[in-house]
Amino acid sequence: MEERKLMRGNEVIAEAAIRAGCQCYFAYPITPQAELLEHMAKNMPRLGRTFVQAESELGAINMVYGAAAAGVRAMTSSSSPGISLKQEGISYIAGANLPAVIVNMMRGGPGLGDIAPAQGDYFQATKGGGHGDYHMIVLAPSTVPEAGELTMLAFDLADKYRTPVMILADGMLGQMMEPVALPDPIDPASLPKKEWALTGAKGRDPNIILSFDLDPEVLKRMNLELQRKYHDIEQNELRYEEYQTDDADIVIAAYGTVARIAKTVVRMARADGIKLGLFRPITLWPFPYDKLRTVADRVDTILTVEMSAGQMWEDVRLAVAERAHTPFYGEMGGVVTTPNKILSEVKKYAG
Amino acid sequence: MPVNTENMIKVFGRPKSMTDVRSTYCPGCHHGILTRIIAQTIDELGIADRTVTIAPVGCAVFAYLWYKCDAVQASHGRASAVATGIKRANPKLIVLSYQGDGDFASIGTAESIHAANRGENITVIFVNNQVYGMTGGEMAPTTLIGQRTTTTPAGRDPGYFGYPIRFSELIATLDAPVYVTRQALYDTRRIMDAEKAIKKAFTYQVEGKGYSLVEVLSTCPTNWHMSPVDANRHVTEVVTKAFPLGDMVDRG
Ligand SMILES: Cc1ncc(C[n+]2csc(CCOP(=O)(O)OP(=O)(O)O)c2C)c(N)n1
Repeated sequence: MEERKLMRGNEVIAEAAIRAGCQCYFAYPITPQAELLEHMAKNMPRLGRTFVQAESELGAINMVYGAAAAGVRAMTSSSSPGISLKQEGISYIAGANLPAVIVNMMRGGPGLGDIAPAQGDYFQATKGGGHGDYHMIVLAPSTVPEAGELTMLAFDLADKYRTPVMILADGMLGQMMEPVALPDPIDPASLPKKEWALTGAKGRDPNIILSFDLDPEVLKRMNLELQRKYHDIEQNELRYEEYQTDDADIVIAAYGTVARIAKTVVRMARADGIKLGLFRPITLWPFPYDKLRTVADRVDTILTVEMSAGQMWEDVRLAVAERAHTPFYGEMGGVVTTPNKILSEVKKYAG
Repeated sequence: MPVNTENMIKVFGRPKSMTDVRSTYCPGCHHGILTRIIAQTIDELGIADRTVTIAPVGCAVFAYLWYKCDAVQASHGRASAVATGIKRANPKLIVLSYQGDGDFASIGTAESIHAANRGENITVIFVNNQVYGMTGGEMAPTTLIGQRTTTTPAGRDPGYFGYPIRFSELIATLDAPVYVTRQALYDTRRIMDAEKAIKKAFTYQVEGKGYSLVEVLSTCPTNWHMSPVDANRHVTEVVTKAFPLGDMVDRG
């Protein structure tokens, strides 16, 4: 561990990727994640690693597909419209069982939207996004140091399960500066060998990487394998944080930037005598349904707060299954909610 | 009468790096000849144990089956970007991006041009059969003026559908590519020329010289609704007028 340094979210993600042994980074510029690209442009070549500014997000995700197939740790980053362009590639990466890390610094949408922080890509990230029956692990940091930790974790999970992993954050987290102490870099050469990778068929049978088979029975088996993998991930990789939920009457369900604001609201509400808690999913897929359900059994109300029209809200309602009230409060279009606004929502349901 | 093979010597056979998997191409299609030429080249250069083939979306989607080499299948049009990723990840690999004309010159236009413009040290083989073979013979960007396809039933009207695109010529205007050429396979002489061109393209890659593009004119008897012989003649007499053969760039 190094000394703590004041760093921007985007830089922390880039630096954490480098320390996780990311050998190849490909991206196309878009606000609000430009600093990520710039950090990689400056540092990857210096380390003898690959930075390519791609011709488009389609180019970038397919370069990631190639680099991942060649067996190295690879990453791309973008923001909402660019992530939409990457969806076909992500589906191929999932289908071909390749490890890759994709960062989405969400901004207001739909369409060109704006460049302000938003959470409108939850459905896209957690429910597929591209075509076919696949999932990717979705990690949602709510602080700058956590963005670094989850980026390093993303590479490990991607390799462990041979699956795409997304860091889902927003422009606010990307721009925000906080003191961070990043772990020491790992040596890419020390990582476990990928026997399946395209390294040249020397002294072995060829390795072939595919996401297709024209025989429906074979493709069904490939799909069943994927589903088994997703089941393992659901069993082993759920991550969430509970904050002052033990004695709570009301619990806010929120992730990312909103969860961070909601923590302040918990303290404000408790000063006003309202027993408020926070449930923060860290993995958005897999979603911690069971954990949230046990919270729902103890409280009257679970208020979902998002910077969207209510996307995670659907998962919250699935989890709660009418064991508690499940109201929703959201902002859209890049409008960032404030502690006072959330507190006045909370007060509607208190007492 | 049983043949006595005892005193025979083998003078011709399948290249070592070529598998014996049965071809998926139609009779009279030139993909088969091209596949053999590539395998022969891989043998001659001794690069089978470090070659990676990228199979496109199109009739060549099974291209990973033909060589005893590592391979990956790419999404439609993105093979040159995938090639970029592989080569940048491991420059020791010899990367072959094998693409059809719809793949390379329509849906993959941006990836194709920019991989060339970055001078990626890869070899692209671009098969121009003037149709979308795999999906049933629709118009390709290379479809000739007046040519009937399932989506130009009255023939390609350039005022409405645009002109056949000479994509290799476009690539040849760039500064980075080391070798850009158009070849055909309609007779022995052309096949021998194509062999030389493909060997040169791979050799440049082995030598680290940079990007090479070998466009190869192919028949598509099935979707042209011609016999293999007529299709061959059509390439000789008609297609080569729209797509002249020869080297456009050789900076090796
Ligand atoms: C994104 C996407 N769009 C369309 C298709 C359908 N498709 C499959 S093959 C093909 C045409 C390929 O034509 P070409 O590249 O000329 O190769 P050929 O089949 O002639 O060998 C198309 C449009 C697809 N698989 N993916």
